[in-house]
Amino acid sequence: MNGPRGCETRFDKSKGRADTVEFDDLARSSGEWLRGSGPESDIVISSRIRLARNLADFPFISRANPADRAEIERTLRDRILKVQSAELEYVDVNKLAGIDRQFLVERQLISREHAESDGARGVAIDSNERVSLMINEEDHLRIQVMHSGLDLAGAWEQSNRIDDLVESQVTYAFNERLGYLTACPTNVGTGMRVSVMLHLPALVITRQIDKLFRSLQKISLAVRGLYGEGSQAMGDFYQISNQITLGRTEAELVKQVGDVVPTIIDYERKARDFLIRESQENLHDRVSRAYGILRTAQTISSEETMHLLSSVRMGVNLGLIVDLEMPTLNKLFIYTQPAHLQKLSGVELDTADRNIERARYLRRHLNKEDGTQQN
Amino acid sequence: MKCHQCDKPATFHITELTGGKPQELHLCEEHAREYLTESGPEPTPASNLAGALAQQLVGGTAEDLARLDQQACPICGITFFEFRNQGRLGCPHDYICFEKELDPLILNIHGDCTHTGKRPQRSPANTDRQTELIRLRREIKEAVQDEDYERASRLRDEIRQIERSC
Repeated sequence: MNGPRGCETRFDKSKGRADTVEFDDLARSSGEWLRGSGPESDIVISSRIRLARNLADFPFISRANPADRAEIERTLRDRILKVQSAELEYVDVNKLAGIDRQFLVERQLISREHAESDGARGVAIDSNERVSLMINEEDHLRIQVMHSGLDLAGAWEQSNRIDDLVESQVTYAFNERLGYLTACPTNVGTGMRVSVMLHLPALVITRQIDKLFRSLQKISLAVRGLYGEGSQAMGDFYQISNQITLGRTEAELVKQVGDVVPTIIDYERKARDFLIRESQENLHDRVSRAYGILRTAQTISSEETMHLLSSVRMGVNLGLIVDLEMPTLNKLFIYTQPAHLQKLSGVELDTADRNIERARYLRRHLNKEDGTQQN
Repeated sequence: MKCHQCDKPATFHITELTGGKPQELHLCEEHAREYLTESGPEPTPASNLAGALAQQLVGGTAEDLARLDQQACPICGITFFEFRNQGRLGCPHDYICFEKELDPLILNIHGDCTHTGKRPQRSPANTDRQTELIRLRREIKEAVQDEDYERASRLRDEIRQIERSC
């Protein structure tokens, strides 16, 4: 059991101090999306499907009063847990401390918008953190399924099944002509967002990434950095998704995104080959320096950590670093995020203290395997 | 409210939804036109809802726009102005009552206006009747506020009837 069983207690209890016993539980899991397995997982981090759904008999969130929101939450929570009770844990996001909401955002289990809004809302999460069902986000229900590596078909199949189960319990807002009706017209129709998270460090180093973005935009695909809306890509992670949700079937949308992924993988591999061929010493130097800083720094920001871990990750994939396992590395990406770090250390930390704690955490985990100094 | 660029009244209220947090822009017609026709280094993404919407509205006169802004959905009460301002609709019925305005916008975003994907098992007729519940619940609240208990009781019966039949 490595999932969020007992989440409710774990998240609710910690207002500033986390229970270390509970964190032993958490430390065993790093979230499906950074598990580091699945097809093409050296470049494709995760495949995600999101479906936006609304109840037919309630106003959308912007016009829902607090009583409506509470009723929507109660209805959806009860129905969801009824059909999936064996697998899902429910977290009342409204009752969570800010740091716990941020923790779920870093884990990609809720969106930033869901964390930052007000009123009755929650999320149902399955034990391996593949499924998260957000209630009262921008729409009444957001069904999100995330699989490790390149597996859009598997993620779609699972989200479709959950959608069918929920629909057997409620009446969705649906129109014959326009399909599933959503709060924002950009999601109407299928309500479906298909996305893949890619690690593209070589395309960034060789300055080809902008060219790639422009060609993706031409075919109506959106590119975002890690953690959604902002365009800045942390650690060279990019999320590619469909913009169009209406006029195509779900299978066509899965195919549209899925079809470009092999091409992008190919570009990234070619860029890596080019870097090795043209300047293996420079690349090896870059990777080794990044590894060296991460293993010895005494204070380090989240941005620098992500940037350096990105180089190290590419180094591991290219065989330039041999003493580091991908799951360990993937875990570092997420556990050095601000909320994770604070939950791990058990106290709330300001930026300066977080940077010191982050450096300590990195030293401890990166120096362990070869027996060098740990502190 | 004044235009962000000059002293004229702002008649266009644009919320940019792309790139980080929503950014609000309040512009007069002239500056809105300028803003929307500006060619930046990147083409405007199709998901730029507010941009697409305002682009479509720039064609009309200020009077047309003022009239359109005051239109309200009989089910949830949202005005077109409110939608334009926040970029979010108020209830499923808005897609029907603002159809004339939304269809060109939807076409602009998706390049299509007809759903071809998955359908729920339940009959869409149920959906329409359920949407009616949004209005009835709103009215019952108003009736109770006005202490018109006779009307409230009539509405309650109507709600129960729909709930039973769906």
